[in-house]
Amino acid sequence: MTLAPQRADHASTKPQGINPRLRVTSDEPRPQRAALTGTGRPNPAAHLSPDDIEGIGHELDALRQEVMDSRGDRDAAYIRKVIRTQRYLEMGSRALLLFSNVKVKGFRPAWWLGTAGLSVSKILENMEIGHNVMHGQWDWMRDPKIHSTAWEWDNASPASQWKHSHNEIHHTFTNVLGRDNDLGYGILRVDEDQPWSLFYLFQPIWHVGNALVFEYSIAAYDLELGGYLAKRERMSEEEKATFRANRNEVLQKIKRQATKDYVVHPALSAVSGSSRTTLTANVVANLVRNLWTNTVIICGHFPPGISTFEKTSIDGETRGEWYLRQMLGSGNISGTKAMHVITGNLSHQIEHHLFPDMPSNRYAEIAPRIRDLMQRNDLPYVTGSLWKQAASVYLKVVQLSLPNKVEGERRRDVVRRELGKAWRSKKLGRRY
Amino acid sequence: MTASTTDRATPRGGTRPRLGAHTPGPLGGLARGARRVAEALATPLVPADYLDLIDPMRAGADLRGRIVEIRPETDDAATVVIRPGRGWAGHVPGQYIRIGIDIDGVRHWRAYSLTHRADGSAAAGIPAGCVAITTKAIPDGKVSTHLVRRARPGTLVMLDQATGGFTLPVPAPAKVLFLTAGSGITPVIGMLRNHLPELTDVAHVHCAPSEHEVIFHRELTEHHDAGRVALSLNLDDVHGVLELGRLDTLVPDWRERETWLCGPTALLDAAEKHWADTGVPDRLHVERFRPTVVEPGEGGSVTFARSEQVVEADGATPILDAGEAAGVLMPSGCRMGICYGCVVPMRGGAVRDLRTGEVTVHESDEPLPVQTCINAVAGACEFDL
Repeated sequence: MTLAPQRADHASTKPQGINPRLRVTSDEPRPQRAALTGTGRPNPAAHLSPDDIEGIGHELDALRQEVMDSRGDRDAAYIRKVIRTQRYLEMGSRALLLFSNVKVKGFRPAWWLGTAGLSVSKILENMEIGHNVMHGQWDWMRDPKIHSTAWEWDNASPASQWKHSHNEIHHTFTNVLGRDNDLGYGILRVDEDQPWSLFYLFQPIWHVGNALVFEYSIAAYDLELGGYLAKRERMSEEEKATFRANRNEVLQKIKRQATKDYVVHPALSAVSGSSRTTLTANVVANLVRNLWTNTVIICGHFPPGISTFEKTSIDGETRGEWYLRQMLGSGNISGTKAMHVITGNLSHQIEHHLFPDMPSNRYAEIAPRIRDLMQRNDLPYVTGSLWKQAASVYLKVVQLSLPNKVEGERRRDVVRRELGKAWRSKKLGRRY
Repeated sequence: MTASTTDRATPRGGTRPRLGAHTPGPLGGLARGARRVAEALATPLVPADYLDLIDPMRAGADLRGRIVEIRPETDDAATVVIRPGRGWAGHVPGQYIRIGIDIDGVRHWRAYSLTHRADGSAAAGIPAGCVAITTKAIPDGKVSTHLVRRARPGTLVMLDQATGGFTLPVPAPAKVLFLTAGSGITPVIGMLRNHLPELTDVAHVHCAPSEHEVIFHRELTEHHDAGRVALSLNLDDVHGVLELGRLDTLVPDWRERETWLCGPTALLDAAEKHWADTGVPDRLHVERFRPTVVEPGEGGSVTFARSEQVVEADGATPILDAGEAAGVLMPSGCRMGICYGCVVPMRGGAVRDLRTGEVTVHESDEPLPVQTCINAVAGACEFDL
């Protein structure tokens, strides 16, 4: 939760009068412009008239209403089952790890099983439970223990800061260059329209490093640490105080998390001389969780075929246009039911971005209808297997580490020139 | 003694589940140390989140109960027998509990009078150690209908400790009148089952639509036949709706009796006036059953309780905007209903979703979290902000 005066972004998001995104049809005559202007690349929605887009908006509103009205016992039972399963899995895995150093024929079965269980438990907790509960997907149950305002997750980033940067900024300004910091998290160039600088030359390294320590990157990102370091000279005392308060909150959270995983649980394992192995198990489980969440998340918005948008293209955006941007700005992962659960149903990124507060177990059910709607309207429904999508992003990260091709200049010359400049000024150049 | 009115919408005392509530643990250095370790192990959850999986009814847990039996009393009324968790602190006959039950996945809280024996012994078919409430299914009564028609034994429900001031004093007054109507009988049957030996002179006037709709009919008749209670039934289909003037015939000395009254609002209002007009308002003790009903409309006043601000807003202005315009420090986020950064607990009133037109009415006494950016006032609201 954010208190209005605390965030600088806030002023610019405040509309005058009723937010046009609340209604499919605006009372004001809408500007007759293309709904979306991609940046340089062809606009995949150019063939749609404002009326078409309004129609799409009505259809999606009706679909949302239909699903929301039918929420009931089975949905509540689903999330409670997932939570129960995750907690038992965690307790079981942690119990096994108390004996993680016990060898059977030169092999540590408790370590392997416990580490695998703990990894899966942490993934479930972060994705299918934490991410979705914090989206308010389960607020309708009015259960104070499964509520967006009360949930705290097993991650370095405090829930309040995550909800601001993710629910508010990313989900509202999805894929808008300069507004949605999730496009590359400020350290990656994942779109041709993001300007290149020398910093990105090494982005394959940044990318892998980011994936390994993903929970801490998210915490730093939610804290807007990068922005603070770049702008602190120009920040007011009040802004700095806010930053310091948020920073302390993150440090406290990290301390509690690290104490649990790296001190208390290993200490308990001392009973069987398993402290060191329990420590490694916790390190590995967090690492696996980091890599997995990063792999899933990069497939949501970075694979080829997904659109990005100019800042100005969302001025006065209607609800229909917002829906359209969400559909074009997201990509799915295909797979089995187990795959959807273990990705927190972020494999249904398109459905999730259309209806972020819809219970996650419903995304698979509406996916065929969303796909049908997009096909009828000649819009690309981006989807593919996890490995295909993730590989395409890794390839993109490598390709876009170099500047875009331009007429009359070889890319290696651009890089060499920039390297020379950087050598002289001792700076790697701006990030965007 | 002064007349007491128990407003069920604002329970005093008692425990209720709080967001992120910690389990109060035993004192002592060792226990405190163990608790700190347990908390460090459980973070970011609390140890109770894990313990609740294994034993949701243990001592120290948020109070819960398991439905043991649902026994029909009349065609429309049923007694729900619940085995409470070990944290159950007991009650004084006449008091009520709040029950939180999940219906279609949504938790609803309602208050019901307790009808079992306070000393925990078995009585009226209620097993020892169980608590019991009796409810009548009323049209549009989501929870009562669910309890009477659909709820099944084995269901886990949330409970609050007993509360309420609709109880008999100690020592019990010499002459007592119970005036009840419909399911208003429930707190009184609770008193009769517990206090009858101490009561020497009891008159009871009970109103019901017809004879077969009298809840606890046999039990009441038995007391009457045994001379323990002088029962008069006022049946709407025989006598018409109770005319309070009729009391002079039914219980000629009603003015001298300490009277406990529970029934529909119309009867309560009429009786309060009748007792006041007669000059004995202190003798009347009233239990009100229904919380105030909100009739949804367009626009209205918004009260921000903690900021002590009241603003008028029309039916098209998001509550967030109305609050900000009045200078209330409102939490906010996307302003289009997706980020849940603006959710504030509503303590009363009704709101309308500006996207869908759907009206949400605050119907129980549990705070209801509301997205302020996409909801407008649909009936005077109060927010905990």
